[in-house]
Amino acid sequence: MNPSIRVKTFKIDDRDVSAREDETILAVARQNGIFIPSLCYMDGLTPIGACRLCMVEIKGSTKLFASCVTRVEEGIEVITNSKRLQKYRLRILEFLFSERNHICSVCVSNGHCELQSMADQLGLTHVRVPYRYPIQPVDATHERFVVDHNRCILCARCVRVCDEIEGAHTWDIMGRGVEARVITDLNKPWGESESCTNCSKCVHVCPTGALSEKGKSTAEMKKKQQFLPYLTWIREGRT
Amino acid sequence: MTPEELYQIAEEEQESLKRFHFRMFVCTAAGCLSSHGDSVLDALKKEIKEAGREEECLCKGVGCMGLCSEGPLVFVEPDGVLYGKVKVEDAKEIVESLGKEPVARLVCPIDLPFFTRQKKVVLENSGVIDPERIEDYIAHSGYEALVQALTEMTPAEVIDGVFKSGLRGRGGAGYPTGLKWSTVSKGVGGAKYVICNADEGDPGAFMDRSVLESDPHRVLEGMAIAAYAVGASQGYIYVRAEYPLAIKRLQTAIRQAERCGLLGNHICNTTFSFQINVRLGAGAFVCGEETALIASIEGKRGQPRPRPPYPAEEGLWGCPTLINNVETFANVPAIIRNGAEWFAAIGTEKSKGTKVFALAGRVKHTGLIEVPMGIPLRDIIFEIGGGIPDERNFKAVQTGGPSGGCIPKEHLDVPVDYDSLSQLGSIMGSGGMIVMDESSCMVDVARFFMEFCMTESCGKCVPCRVGTAQIHDFLQKIINGDAVPDDLEFLKKICDMVKETSLCGLGQTAPNPVLSTLRFFRDEYVNHIVNKECTAGACKVPAKQEVHS
Repeated sequence: MNPSIRVKTFKIDDRDVSAREDETILAVARQNGIFIPSLCYMDGLTPIGACRLCMVEIKGSTKLFASCVTRVEEGIEVITNSKRLQKYRLRILEFLFSERNHICSVCVSNGHCELQSMADQLGLTHVRVPYRYPIQPVDATHERFVVDHNRCILCARCVRVCDEIEGAHTWDIMGRGVEARVITDLNKPWGESESCTNCSKCVHVCPTGALSEKGKSTAEMKKKQQFLPYLTWIREGRT
Repeated sequence: MTPEELYQIAEEEQESLKRFHFRMFVCTAAGCLSSHGDSVLDALKKEIKEAGREEECLCKGVGCMGLCSEGPLVFVEPDGVLYGKVKVEDAKEIVESLGKEPVARLVCPIDLPFFTRQKKVVLENSGVIDPERIEDYIAHSGYEALVQALTEMTPAEVIDGVFKSGLRGRGGAGYPTGLKWSTVSKGVGGAKYVICNADEGDPGAFMDRSVLESDPHRVLEGMAIAAYAVGASQGYIYVRAEYPLAIKRLQTAIRQAERCGLLGNHICNTTFSFQINVRLGAGAFVCGEETALIASIEGKRGQPRPRPPYPAEEGLWGCPTLINNVETFANVPAIIRNGAEWFAAIGTEKSKGTKVFALAGRVKHTGLIEVPMGIPLRDIIFEIGGGIPDERNFKAVQTGGPSGGCIPKEHLDVPVDYDSLSQLGSIMGSGGMIVMDESSCMVDVARFFMEFCMTESCGKCVPCRVGTAQIHDFLQKIINGDAVPDDLEFLKKICDMVKETSLCGLGQTAPNPVLSTLRFFRDEYVNHIVNKECTAGACKVPAKQEVHS
């Protein structure tokens, strides 16, 4: 523990909390059992602030802050669940559902999907923006896993876990805007990837049914994410 | 290079210029090159040689003279005649007329408000010096400011000067430059970097390209002064690969400056060393955003990351990094040379100095202009631009590109400065200015810019990636005549959400063209929706179909 790191106290939703100065608002909220929704964030991976669900208000500022990448400050008052935030969060979820083809009833991850449960938790009842219904490919060339781009929300967890934890950097993202999608190697079929170590970490950190194991039918794909906190803990302990 | 050597080069070059009785300047920036300015230059040189007047007549390629719509341009001194739309065949006639009556059919009047209303600071050498010769730049007080800063000023004094001048970032956001420099100078750690953002991507904007093509040494000098002030020894110019001529001239300029000892190790025999490398962009608009630009230089995918930490604290390779736009750096030598007070006397209270605009669209004189801050928009369009051609009426002017908005005629008297424009829902932006007449449909204009943002969104954050696509589809729906009145309110809500929740400046400002046209031209939207008609007659709205139940 670096002795020069200071401790800060501040408020989240009128609750007094304390934190090390290098911690983020989201991490402190989680420690204190305060729920802030998130999808791209994953404990153990570098936060990227991409899904924008974890945005919070800080009193005195009109701007919103992505809590997964915002460091704590002494004396700030964080609001995690205002009407404005609720409205924006629902809209983000609507955007995600409208972007690709999320058809839960036939999805391998039905019932175990983070996008689905987030919609349930935040009370999303219907999607008001038009569905885009893009044509998206499914790559089943890998002997054990499948990537179904119809279900991908581009959270880049697979990219990060492969690069930061496994060290293979098989996954990356190509294209821009709504055309962006995750690719293996230099956009080769996953089965032909030379860098993939078949470790399955990407499959298990994937929040939706975009990455799944072969042989799983509707609602059978349960993700096991316990390995990540364990690996992080072991690694941190050794350094 | 010592100050004495610099002044000697300047003197020799000025002497050699004086030897010629006639001096012909031919524009060889990209605008005039596209109408064969280079062939005109060759033809003039050939004619001068054939007439045996090489001793008395100098003919050189220079940078942009501004009036791009009349290109290729040739300026003749001391006659003070500007020729426009010059063709290769005209060369002989022009050379013969030297010292006599000018060729009347080619003459462009130079007493136009287009020239007289401008104030040149950044562009003072554009159209005057040969951008491929460092001696010509030195002869026009070039590198004087750098030598002065290195030999007579401390870094703190340089920063103080820039701070007092009131210079604000010319990339669009208008962050005080002196404040940024001072933040970087306070950064701790081994290395520091200076980056010049030349990834000019707004549709219709070409200010930075012109500066780089016409006066590349000016930008290098500005960067070197900045590096001295903040304590950096390595600089990068991130320029888009779509600007081959600017890249070529920059590389030539860097090589020349290194040979003269004005870049490299121990500049002016001081302990200050500074290298500049050129990095090419691969065509992504988002790489003009500073964190995405830094990621791109590092060899990563050009995606922005959340700020803070700002690049001034943690930038390129995690080191404190100063990142400014081309025009911002180009202002610096003049500020150091003429003093902060001189600069602060130009412009308005909160926006100092001048601004370069690329005037385009439906005006008589299109081209590159530099005006003092605070000039009314009306003067730019109707005096400098010469008004709307073909006896049509002015409708709106778009400033700030895809991040800006459309300003209607009711607000034409607004002074052009950072704060006034943002009050109108637009921005100063990097300097694109597109004038539209009554034949432009504002819904279609909004759709055009939204399509641009949709295809240029990097796809990292959800609101920008999906939001821009959804807004674009809504606008298309309105244009197609398929929308219902309630859609307008919904469109506004989506725009608000994208603006508030997006990760970087691209998404946060992408809805601006829609919001500003909704604010000032709501009736055009309503006409599309209710009457299925386009007010401007520009969109083809499919005939209303009767629905039978």
